[in-house]
Amino acid sequence: MKNCNSENNEFDVIIIGGGITGAGTARDCALRGMKVLLVERFDFAAGATGRNHGLLHSGARYAVTDKESATECIKENMILRKIAKHCVEENDGLFISLPEDDINFQSKFVESCQAAGINAQIIDPAEARRIEPSVNSTLIGAVKVPDGSVDPFRLTLANIIDAKANGAKVLVYHEVVELIKEQGRIIGVTVVNHKTQENNKYYAPLTINAAGIWGHRIAEMAGAKIGMFPAKGSLLIFGHRVNNIVLNRCRKPADADILVPGDTICLIGTTSSHVGFDEVDNMRVTSEEVDLLLREGQKLAPALATTRILRAYAGVRPLVAADNDPSGRNISRGIVLLDHETRDGIPGFATITGGKLMTYRLMAEWATDLACKKLGIDKPCVTMTEALPGSREEEPMPKGKTYDLSNRIKRSTVGRHGDMASKIASDNEFDNSLVCECEDVSVGEVQYALKELDVHNMEDLRHRTRVGMGTCQGELCACRAAGLLSEAHNCAHQAKADLAKFLNERWKGMYPVAWGEALRESEYTQWVYSGICGMNKMEEK
Amino acid sequence: MNMQQYNISDNNFEQCIKCTVCTVYCPVVPVNPNYPGPKQAGPDGERLRLKRGEFFDEALKYCLNCKRCEVACPSNVRIGDIIQLARIKYSKSKPSLRDMILANTDIVGTMSSTFAPIVNTTVALKPVKKVMDSVLKIDQHRTFPKYAGQTFVSWFKKEAQAKQDLFPKHISFFHGCYINYNYPQLGKDLVKVLNAIGYGVHLLEKEKCCGVALISNGLINQAKKQAKININSIRKSINEEKRPVIAASSTCTFTIRDEYPHLLEIENDDVRNSIELATRFIYRLIESGKVKLKFRDAAPVKVAYHTPCHMEKLGWGYYSIELLRHIPNVELVVLDSQCCGIGGTYGFKKENYKTSQGIGASLFRQIETVDPQFVATDCETCKWQIEMSTPYKVKHPISILAEYIDVEKTINLNK
Repeated sequence: MKNCNSENNEFDVIIIGGGITGAGTARDCALRGMKVLLVERFDFAAGATGRNHGLLHSGARYAVTDKESATECIKENMILRKIAKHCVEENDGLFISLPEDDINFQSKFVESCQAAGINAQIIDPAEARRIEPSVNSTLIGAVKVPDGSVDPFRLTLANIIDAKANGAKVLVYHEVVELIKEQGRIIGVTVVNHKTQENNKYYAPLTINAAGIWGHRIAEMAGAKIGMFPAKGSLLIFGHRVNNIVLNRCRKPADADILVPGDTICLIGTTSSHVGFDEVDNMRVTSEEVDLLLREGQKLAPALATTRILRAYAGVRPLVAADNDPSGRNISRGIVLLDHETRDGIPGFATITGGKLMTYRLMAEWATDLACKKLGIDKPCVTMTEALPGSREEEPMPKGKTYDLSNRIKRSTVGRHGDMASKIASDNEFDNSLVCECEDVSVGEVQYALKELDVHNMEDLRHRTRVGMGTCQGELCACRAAGLLSEAHNCAHQAKADLAKFLNERWKGMYPVAWGEALRESEYTQWVYSGICGMNKMEEK
Repeated sequence: MNMQQYNISDNNFEQCIKCTVCTVYCPVVPVNPNYPGPKQAGPDGERLRLKRGEFFDEALKYCLNCKRCEVACPSNVRIGDIIQLARIKYSKSKPSLRDMILANTDIVGTMSSTFAPIVNTTVALKPVKKVMDSVLKIDQHRTFPKYAGQTFVSWFKKEAQAKQDLFPKHISFFHGCYINYNYPQLGKDLVKVLNAIGYGVHLLEKEKCCGVALISNGLINQAKKQAKININSIRKSINEEKRPVIAASSTCTFTIRDEYPHLLEIENDDVRNSIELATRFIYRLIESGKVKLKFRDAAPVKVAYHTPCHMEKLGWGYYSIELLRHIPNVELVVLDSQCCGIGGTYGFKKENYKTSQGIGASLFRQIETVDPQFVATDCETCKWQIEMSTPYKVKHPISILAEYIDVEKTINLNK
């Protein structure tokens, strides 16, 4: 095995997991002067980070049941609006009471919100109908809260970009296969490079496990046991925005009671059910879940019943089990930081888990504080004020009188990349021509992502740009993107295989909701790729 | 789960499966690269506009509302309507003085008819055209249709109205602005033909411009007001007087039938089937054996029929074509169905002149290749465009019918 101890494989801290927690921790550690390595087995945000509502919680949802989480949420909510404004949409949220709900819950809810520092205002149902016309018109009460939406892919990427800018080394498609132990102490990790199948060893006095639900297994490698509770949550994505304000039910958290508008689409979710660890890598949405999501979703916004569904997907919450709650609903969403040295007698190893997308920054702060303590670094955290790349400039949008086509593309690009959009080439017709027509992704944007944003395949590209996330689900954009990918990586064979994989992945999400127009469109897509592009022939070979 | 209920969407744009055939059939796309095309401007753009109105793209004004995208769409997406509605809802640009002048066909028509000789001479003068070009941005290559000294309505009231009650059957005639102010002869031709087959022709109680130009120039409230007046009169004619409403212009007919409910939210379900185009009305009478036409002997003429876009959208080109084929001396050549480029007032605007002529170029070439004695079409603005852009005269099928019909023999045949 190559790689003996040398400059290149020694770090101050190794972070396992490229979700939002790992990315945030890598950034915080790097900002505090540590030499950081982040390893991720697939792509950034490939797990629970990319499989949730994208809700910028105000904390109101937890105000009654979990005040600690609620307080954390509202604080982080206000911070993210400042440091990550290109990832955030300040939509506001409504907690509505329907005739079947107990209206008396409302006053308790508002009281709890205010106690947690959440600005919750009771508004007239008529006013609610006015500001959000899609809302169930039979509502009997409404409370306005500072909810919003947040794009988890963008947020993760912005943290990664800043971590790298501050010297962090980031390895995607590198999976930890072993924690290197020396005299009971974790001194590094062995990772396998999924591209080359090579094993490499990296060393650091501290390894932070930020692998979400997969952290359960990482901890086992170290010889520690964490009582993780994999709770599956399923969601449905609709083809376009039905609502512009987040809609919640004003009652104790239950299934399918949040409808979030995010970018061009809206999402209803979630369900909550316990799953086994053997299932966490292969989540499938059942038809019962689809049925439940639609049935409950319609109560928030009746228009959902007749709105085209793009796809269904499920994520696994890395909850840390505390009692025998079979649903996982009542477990605290609070942050769990485990110092395995004090907890299990395993020095050099810590786990940061629990929490939520909303509180990732605080989780990173706690984990980094612990790292500082272990490594004897005395530097304060600055992430609550230091804006992320993309959100640093005040007015990234060039001011023009009218918005011609290229301005519309610019608007979409700036929406995705914030002030980093200036790095995207838009000098000629080719740069400006569209790869993804549903989401206005230009050739220039794809090339920027290929060059600068660690894109290895189509799925990565989708996370960076929204290619394939629109209503056509890859029908028109996938082959164009594959063409650019093949050019950039100079390998047509791999790009073709990748294209097939990407389309199958898209189909996987459509399968549970394959009826009506979505089914018709997927049939058309299949016809284009099999019939015209001959992709079925390719597989036979 | 009841799957059926999830198959029906109120969001027409969701039926789009991105096949892009609409953009292939869009006449603007190949000649104006600033226009994103119907797929992008319509269903794709609609998703973005639902996200935030600021994604509205002023380039949507390059849509000439020909609706050929809708004809091409296999998924029944009302692409043209989506684009027009987006313009109505989101456009921030206010109609200019020029747009008001172009859009208000009947106010301008009333004034111009009164002073027809002066107006006709003045607007045809080169220096005046130059001024209109630079000040009003009405392209100097354009020639305004001449105004008639006597409107169709005043002729009708004086010369024809009295005897209409004597006929056994009756229709109401939606004459439209063009017949009334610019070309009363077509109205007279229509009265001649319908009277010959035993139909009395009547004016509607009140008639305003159908509003097509108001819609395309963003004057929606005025369009709604006029549409309400029209639909009330139409209702009275159809429901109370039991007279179907006939128009000669394919665009007026299309606007009243389809644009009223789709763009102006004016329902017409109860009367829509009784609003129709003159050629279709007559053709169907012939087909069902209810009337017969007799034509006089005349020298053979070669006629080329151009299908207007809104005729294509109505799906009624067939009726005009087949009716013309009934005329023994007419040798009919059906031109490829393509947009002439004028799009009503669209082509008069300086900024659209190049696009407009670019769109029409292949039609003009085909006409010149066919080299007919004259061109036939059901749309007045197509007529202007073809006459402005080729050396050929353009006639309405009804006028051709009127020219060759043997009135005496036809009357006797239908007694």
